[in-house]
Amino acid sequence: MKKLINSPERVVTDALAGMAAAHPELTVDHENRVVLRASGAVQGKVGLVSGGGSGHEPMHGGFVGLGMLDAACAGEVFTSPTPDQMQAATLAVDGGAGVLHIVKNYTGDVMNFEMAAELAAAEGDVEVRSVVVDDDVAVQDSLYTAGRRGVGATVLLEKVVGAAAEERRDLAACEELAKKVNGNARSMGMALTSCVVPAAGTPTFELADDEFELGIGIHGEPGRDRRKLGPLSEVAQLLVEPVLHDLPDADGAPVIAFVNSMGGTPLIELYGLYAEVAAICEKAGVQIARSLVGPYITSLEMAGASVTLLRADDDVLRLWDAPVSTPGLRWGV
Amino acid sequence: MSDATLAGLLDWLRRFAAAVAEEETHLTELDQKIGDGDHGSNMRRGTAAVVAALDADAPEDVKAAFTQAGMTLVKTVGGASGPLYGTFMLRLGTTAGAVDALDAAGLAAALRAGLDGVVQRGRAERGDKTMVDVLAPGLDALDEAVAAGADAAAAARAAADGAPGLRDATAPLVARKGRASYLGERSAGHVDPGSASTTLLLQTLADALGEP
Repeated sequence: MKKLINSPERVVTDALAGMAAAHPELTVDHENRVVLRASGAVQGKVGLVSGGGSGHEPMHGGFVGLGMLDAACAGEVFTSPTPDQMQAATLAVDGGAGVLHIVKNYTGDVMNFEMAAELAAAEGDVEVRSVVVDDDVAVQDSLYTAGRRGVGATVLLEKVVGAAAEERRDLAACEELAKKVNGNARSMGMALTSCVVPAAGTPTFELADDEFELGIGIHGEPGRDRRKLGPLSEVAQLLVEPVLHDLPDADGAPVIAFVNSMGGTPLIELYGLYAEVAAICEKAGVQIARSLVGPYITSLEMAGASVTLLRADDDVLRLWDAPVSTPGLRWGV
Repeated sequence: MSDATLAGLLDWLRRFAAAVAEEETHLTELDQKIGDGDHGSNMRRGTAAVVAALDADAPEDVKAAFTQAGMTLVKTVGGASGPLYGTFMLRLGTTAGAVDALDAAGLAAALRAGLDGVVQRGRAERGDKTMVDVLAPGLDALDEAVAAGADAAAAARAAADGAPGLRDATAPLVARKGRASYLGERSAGHVDPGSASTTLLLQTLADALGEP
């Protein structure tokens, strides 16, 4: 497999070096593999820390900055970062108002953030709360699985709660808002091709030329099933229907519609998908108030896309529109 | 009667690292079938770091050895395996205490505490298609051997002898924990990668304690 890398071992290190070089408004703690705002902890503001395996860029490091995260911990490709990294990030961003951990629901991420919170509690100085994001309707949320995975809603949540922290909402309010956003968001993804984890060097899974995987995860985890690839309109229906079926009504609030590339799917196809999503929502009587289209939570070079809908009341929409200045999202500044 | 000495237990950590390095590709292949394809590389990186830490700073007792190994695994493996193997080693060391040898009963108690830590951290039960499916019955076999009067080396051998069968018995199971659980029924037919690395853990313990 061809990759633009020095070696599989250096992929994350090299990417972090590039982040630091390209974005002087960010600081990278290379030892702990944490991306931080160069301006340091903000006194009186809740610190937002997220993180996860690398390979989903721009998430999470690309969402560090004004109006979004204070720190992002980078793990190896598709591997959770470790508690000592999260602990370093937590201490670095604490401005006296506590720290919120934003954790995607994967077994490793949850366990490592849990250990980090235990370490923080043992040291006793920083109050840490956490929210676990689990918006992927491809997985049945049951006692017999690890539960729904955290996917597209993570991006929307980091933006909305980031704005709330910026306007000095306290830790309890930020936690409550984060849980509300997660509860009101649902996602579904699909893949046309597999990604290749650099350390493995071979595709994570094989798909025939005429097949796609419906309900794919962002690490190439298989989804609900494999189907023959039909036209875009058919695929869009398969993505949006289960999302709408599971989406809370939330008093008929409008939605933020997020159409995401898994990394390898170009914008021309993504906009085609967005047109289908908009038409399906209109037919279902769901009003789209805002949209986001692009590669924001990716799976290396995987071709494919995901659709996320978030019921957004006036407060959430106002927070969505608030200024944000990060490498990955930037508006209103 | 042969106890589990500090030297023997340190040899276990080194043998485990060597076995993981040898089986890296195989562990990764198993993980590609039902997980995310990084178990081999993550465990190799972590166990190599454990050996490097031993080389740099020789622990003086069993507790120090396994605290160092556990923290190193937590910091270097990542994923779910880091907290699980890390918690196993940390609890093992805490229960063993600052001693320079464990008799058969002491070894059994320390390993059992490690298992309890894994279960607590991962919330997995037997039959969920995880490392617990090898570790829990393996330690039951070890306890039985101890009760029948076996020394530490013989008891560890009893645990190791059953491990490959227990590992292979995870194949038909449907995963209920971890990333493989997303597959549902499709996880059946593949050996759990965690059960494969735990088999190496029990086999290398027996090999280390079995040496004169």
